[in-house]
Amino acid sequence: MDVEILARIQFAFTIAFHYIYPPLSIGLGLLLVIFEGMYLKTGNQLYEQITRFWIKIFALIFGIGVATGIIMEFEFGTNWATYSKYVGDIFGSALAAEGIFAFALESGFLGILIFGWNRVGPKVHFFSAVMVFLGSMFSAVWIVVANSWQQTPSGFRIVGEGMNARAEITDFWAMVFNPSSVERLTHVWIGAFLAGAFLVLSVNAWYILKNRHLAIAKPSFRIALVVATVFSLLQLFVGHRSAEGVAKNQPAKLAALEGHYDSVARADMYLLGYVNNKKQEVTGIRVPGGLSFLLYGNFNEPVKGLNAFPADERPTQVNAIFQFYHIMVGIGITLIALTLLASWLAYRKKLFDKRWLLWIFVWAVLLPQIANQAGWFAAEMGRQPWVVYGLLKTSDALSKAVTANQVLFSLILFMVVYILLLVLFLYMLNRKIQHGPVDYGTKEAIEEGSKRDNPLMGH
Amino acid sequence: MNTFLGLDYNIWWFLVFGGVISGYAILDGFDLGAGSLHLLLKKEQSRRIALNAIGPVWDGNEVWLVIGGGALFAGFPVAYAAIFSAFYVPFMVFLVGLIFRAVAIEFRSKEPMLWWRKGWDIVYCVACIIIALSLGLMLGNVAYGIPLNEHKEFSGNWLSFFNPFSILVSITTLALFMMHGAIYLTMKTENRLYAKLHILANNFIIFFVLSFVITTMYTLLYVPHLSDFFRGNPGGFVIPVMMVLAIANIPRQIKKGKYRYAFLSSALTIALLLIMVALEVFPYLLFSTSDPHNSITIDNAASSPKTMKILLIIALIGTPLVAIYTTFVFWTFKGKVKLDETSY
Ligand code: HDD
Ligand code: HEM
Ligand code: HEM
Repeated sequence: MDVEILARIQFAFTIAFHYIYPPLSIGLGLLLVIFEGMYLKTGNQLYEQITRFWIKIFALIFGIGVATGIIMEFEFGTNWATYSKYVGDIFGSALAAEGIFAFALESGFLGILIFGWNRVGPKVHFFSAVMVFLGSMFSAVWIVVANSWQQTPSGFRIVGEGMNARAEITDFWAMVFNPSSVERLTHVWIGAFLAGAFLVLSVNAWYILKNRHLAIAKPSFRIALVVATVFSLLQLFVGHRSAEGVAKNQPAKLAALEGHYDSVARADMYLLGYVNNKKQEVTGIRVPGGLSFLLYGNFNEPVKGLNAFPADERPTQVNAIFQFYHIMVGIGITLIALTLLASWLAYRKKLFDKRWLLWIFVWAVLLPQIANQAGWFAAEMGRQPWVVYGLLKTSDALSKAVTANQVLFSLILFMVVYILLLVLFLYMLNRKIQHGPVDYGTKEAIEEGSKRDNPLMGH
Repeated sequence: MNTFLGLDYNIWWFLVFGGVISGYAILDGFDLGAGSLHLLLKKEQSRRIALNAIGPVWDGNEVWLVIGGGALFAGFPVAYAAIFSAFYVPFMVFLVGLIFRAVAIEFRSKEPMLWWRKGWDIVYCVACIIIALSLGLMLGNVAYGIPLNEHKEFSGNWLSFFNPFSILVSITTLALFMMHGAIYLTMKTENRLYAKLHILANNFIIFFVLSFVITTMYTLLYVPHLSDFFRGNPGGFVIPVMMVLAIANIPRQIKKGKYRYAFLSSALTIALLLIMVALEVFPYLLFSTSDPHNSITIDNAASSPKTMKILLIIALIGTPLVAIYTTFVFWTFKGKVKLDETSY
């Protein structure tokens, strides 16, 4: 295999692995702020226990997120040297801002969040929770802005030629608020809130099913359900805005998302399907004219198809892009149905009797994760063959100094290390969930806690 | 025109980058040092105290590396591209070391079994040593220079990174971090553990001074171009002199039991060492040993003046913020380590 394919696989693998954790951190961050906020407001010990429990889980997730994130930062330089030179002027400022404004904030206050219970007062502790949450929100800002610039470049000019060409900033704010950044950032944030909320739902659904920690599990479930319901609904609107943006700014990607080849007047939309790229056909369940209608409010408006673009300027993995996109949208609709149903049952006070529904929630933790991954795969593969849309081809973006063997070596290294990490992570997560929230208040709990969780043994 | 307070933007950013790297070396240096000597502490309780001494801060310290990477990418993209693609193999090893350190700290305390904890202790200690050695190796090569082609990309073989000079720098880095880490731990511990660390600290001072002297001699004899600056600017000798004083001050303060001053002195030593390296290489970021014309300098690697200006604004706003909350966090956890239910 050549360097390009290997480097792409490596990037996709490492970023996809990294992206398991940040959405959970961002989403749990929001819930931690809510839980600890409730504690401050009501003074109810219950919320303190909930907060303490989730902070431990948060710490575990965060730790792996950081470890895998550092790889990402340097991978631009190691594998994509030409790309780094090309975009450094623009991209670098976003990455630098991220380090200073986001990561430093997060990691600094994280110490207080985890270890500071006995060192600072409740207000300062809550403040730290808010700072960690804001830090994680900001880290999404800069990296998504940088990625959005790659999708829809603006506020720059090209200087130099050939190997030495590069994009230079002409307008910082136009770079930051490029045509897709606002929609994509909101979409990513909401995707993260959903990931966090569904983790909380899953764990608490399981406690309720197993009749454990009920006093804690029920209120936690309700709070997370509100968050999940609100953001599932919002995600549909924001995702739709994103699709409109893609239609305007990256028509070739949109055509690939829907497997749309000819720029015919009535563009169909598929609910499910399979794309045969050779024959240029899609087989599946379709809504005639649906795509035209969703984008332009008119069933007969033509939509540009893939054949309107030169063969070397449009993505080739059409079926994969189509599938990823449809998985995401399908999950989006499923989440709405699931959360609305649960909210209605909760309103009728019947929710916790429906064991089958609780079991669905136990497993539903995977849905936002899959949707998040699928969304990125659709967005990034749909951008091919460009690394910077319309400006720089992926094949030109590589490091010339790096050989296929070196990339293969590091790819295998990362695969081994990451699989080990994932196994350990799941094992630890499971341990913590099995262990459950320790009731710090009561006497039995202190005894039980000191057996299981002896302060001199650590935990 | 593109100057701020009389200094060129590019020079400003070189200073910012240097500052961040020094910050990283000083802050993560003590974490790494503490980790590298971890296996020398034998008792479970001692190891836990040592881990919890860095517990609340190591993650924040590591962020300085992230900021440094971002700062290099932003200000000198050409250097960022060349350095990381050239040092592909050692850098991957370094990164995997960072992963294992993080994971070991996180996982060690989660199970009470002895084999589990001992296993992670070994992973942790080895990871820290590898991180320190590979950092030093890369620093040595950057200082020495590497072959670059006309596109400013590495044109040599990575095995050549293991040259005597870089290996010496690498060992010196490890020694420096171990000294620094041991001093940090004496600040954070009490009783028997403290007595043990006191002795360790003194031993590491000797280890560091020895490796530093050997490296310096080797440099003067075999790598003369790395002392050009000091030959040309006798005034510059203030810095090595200050460094010798800083090093000498460490055992003196330790003897008096003033660990905070000892720690500040070793922090100063690290900063001065890096300043020396910076003065020696300036204005090169990466010297090309194959053809000096292909060298990467702060001018031919820099981003556009507009970006430089934006970066300086970001740094001006960001630095005080980072300083405030770093101080706040360190202040919150000041004093000797006390284990409680949230500890590792
Ligand atoms: C700021 C930049 C940036 C950001 C935030 C992301 N990516 Fe990306 N991605 C790239 C910058 C990039 C890139 C450097 O531009 C790549 C490498 C090769 C390429 O074509 O684009 C890329 C490729 C790439 C590929 C390979 C596409 C292909 O080869 O067909 C996948 C699957 C992803 N990314 C997935 C993700 C995921 C899951 C992300 C979520 C966190 C993500 N990307 C965020
Ligand atoms: C290629 C793109 C990316 C790079 C280079 C990157 C880089 C990094 C780095 C260096 C860290 C560690 C920082 C630390 O030490 O605290 C990190 C962690 C983090 N990243 Fe990424 N990242 C990328 C993609 C993303 C995306 C798309 C998001 C969010 C939408 C994100 C959100 C986070 C968050 C919240 C953390 C904190 C740790 C955690 O919560 O898991 N990152 N990332
Ligand atoms: C409900 C219907 C949804 C629609 C119509 C929708 C639409 C879109 C579109 C058009 C893109 C591509 C944007 C681009 O390439 O610029 C995208 C990307 C993405 N989607 Fe969705 N989405 C939906 C649901 C979801 C859900 C439920 C999640 C996660 C929980 C999610 C997570 C993502 C992510 C992480 C990306 C990649 C980042 C980005 O490009 O914004 N989406 N979505």
